[in-house]
Amino acid sequence: MSKHVIVIGGGVAGLEAAGRLSKEGLTVSLLEKDSITGGHLNRWFRLFPDRRDSTEVKNYLDGLAHVNNVSLFTNVTIEKLRKDKDHFALITNEGKEMVADAIVVATGFDLFKSSRKEEYGYGIYDNVITSSDLEEMFRKGEIVTSDGSVPVNIGIVHCVGSRDEKVGNLYCSKLCCVTAVKQAIEIREHLPESTLFCFYMDMRMGGAHYEELYREAQEVWGVNFIRGKVSEASEAIDKKVVIKVEDTLAGRPLKMKLDLLILMAGMEMSEGGARIAGLTGLKTGENRFFAVADHHYGSNRSNIEGIFYAGTCTAPMNITETISHARAAVSEVVDYLKNS
Amino acid sequence: MKQEGKKAVWSEYQKEIADDKYFYVRSCIRQNFFPGSEVAFLRIMRDVLKKDVYEHPCHTTCSGIGYHGDVVPVETAMTVVARQFALMAEAGYTNYVPSCITSFGLYTEIIDTWHHYPEVEKKIKEKLKEATGREFKIPGNLAHASDVIYKFRKEIAAKAKYKLIDHLTGQPLKVVDHIGCHYAKMFPSKGVGGAEYPYVLAGMIEEWGGQIIDYPERRHCCGFGFRQYLVQANRGFSVACSKEKFESMKPFKPDMIITNCPGCPMFLDRWQYVINEMEGTRYGQNGEGIPVFTYEEVAGLVLGFDPWDLGLQMHQTDCESVLDKIGIEYSPEDKYKTDVNTLSEKHHSLLSV
Repeated sequence: MSKHVIVIGGGVAGLEAAGRLSKEGLTVSLLEKDSITGGHLNRWFRLFPDRRDSTEVKNYLDGLAHVNNVSLFTNVTIEKLRKDKDHFALITNEGKEMVADAIVVATGFDLFKSSRKEEYGYGIYDNVITSSDLEEMFRKGEIVTSDGSVPVNIGIVHCVGSRDEKVGNLYCSKLCCVTAVKQAIEIREHLPESTLFCFYMDMRMGGAHYEELYREAQEVWGVNFIRGKVSEASEAIDKKVVIKVEDTLAGRPLKMKLDLLILMAGMEMSEGGARIAGLTGLKTGENRFFAVADHHYGSNRSNIEGIFYAGTCTAPMNITETISHARAAVSEVVDYLKNS
Repeated sequence: MKQEGKKAVWSEYQKEIADDKYFYVRSCIRQNFFPGSEVAFLRIMRDVLKKDVYEHPCHTTCSGIGYHGDVVPVETAMTVVARQFALMAEAGYTNYVPSCITSFGLYTEIIDTWHHYPEVEKKIKEKLKEATGREFKIPGNLAHASDVIYKFRKEIAAKAKYKLIDHLTGQPLKVVDHIGCHYAKMFPSKGVGGAEYPYVLAGMIEEWGGQIIDYPERRHCCGFGFRQYLVQANRGFSVACSKEKFESMKPFKPDMIITNCPGCPMFLDRWQYVINEMEGTRYGQNGEGIPVFTYEEVAGLVLGFDPWDLGLQMHQTDCESVLDKIGIEYSPEDKYKTDVNTLSEKHHSLLSV
């Protein structure tokens, strides 16, 4: 009988890890808290840098798990998890008891709850939305304000919940800059008459083709990039959003009236991941993501032998990096089971 | 605007406010600006709510106005504040209630500093002992006087003679709330509702029948800003700040403004007169100004206090439009005839110290 591995989380990392582990000949159970797999991919329409439809990636991942006979359990959360000598015993919210030889934690990330940045008024002002809300609009093919009109002046705020001591997140979420650039271009494609303003601290375009996309946004689509942080947003009587921001390159404050303000929500340790940490004694870092055994050569290993990490439960990553990290986790699990 | 979003923020910022036995300390400047307000607070607390409020005759300035005006060093401010706390301890009270927002901010800042740097508190203890022979205790509860009125807003509503409602149309009065900068902007967790969407005055207005207006320059300074006004050369900037707010709130057609800071009602009230003199601009309806009130004045009005006992005749922007809208009975010919001796006779408890 082959060894049994439980993968917790059915997002990008979990699907990739589960499919690959199964392909290695292991028995794999994939536990997902939602009713469907795919995680954040389900909420994103097109992906950077090439703006491919996210369903293409989701179909690849679901297919990988399906073809390799991964046992999928949806609407499942974990109530208990303990290590007994060389195996793990787990009880789900449905009372199901499971035993595994190894665990892969792939609980991913949660988008930063933008209402915590109270000064931007998300959840209060009608025309303040998040990058995730905008993706839903893209999928519907309709970008409109709260009263159904077409927005003309649109602002994008970078680093919402990232690099922000006030909310306790000192780290960079890595993906918000390129998401802003991608979304700004998509808005200009949908609404050629619109004017876009991106308010940034630094443009961190450290991925393949990111810088080219940034250049395209400026040269082809005329997106305005203003180096400065938005200090506050308010609502005018006509429901437009009034913002105050400092243009640090021009050295002067700006006040603008916008039809739509979009917040680039950062990434945080998921609530599900935090629960698992509490149940198991898995260590978390200062940034509240899972703390890896070694940043250079042990980023899939945890402080508990037999429990491994895959993907953004350890740090912000893009999809390419997440898939690579999940494959590396598979290699670690196979190695562990061979030698245990 | 989604009110449920605001309510979620408000629920995050609740603070403990003592329910009796207050050591009340007056503001340096309020008695000159709006002399009826602190008297109204004492009358509401003692006569209406039957609370124990103590005032110490040896209380002085907290020195916050000098500290924020950049002329009083922080160690000096701390020693002065330590002396006030010593007076409270000597009187047997633990619940400290300042009338002034800047005092509240300064007390909060100093208590927080001492919490993080105990060696500073030790040094100040020594300095106070050396200078006055006194010893102090940090208050068990620190609340601004507007927090206390907020706490009892439902009790006041239950005893109210009037509501903040247009008695002819039944529509709620539109009210702009302006919170003093030193209330929660430095320490959001110390203010009811936090710093971005303070609820301390909004809660009173809602409870007493009015409707709060949220306008773009809600957070902007009233124009006092200490050095903006105290340095004579900056006074143009002071007027400009107030003008920015009036221009922003005007489209919402507010009936009145309510404030909880000594300087804010002064500048929002007086600068309306100045702007009208300079430019001929009025921001209220029917060619009038927007009346500006302190929260004690508003509480007094809904409780049925005489407007002239509350000192509304001291406002430069006339308040009669609000009185008429609510349907408050008052005598126009008595506006400037308040007799302090008669007032004291009417409210004996105000003389008890």
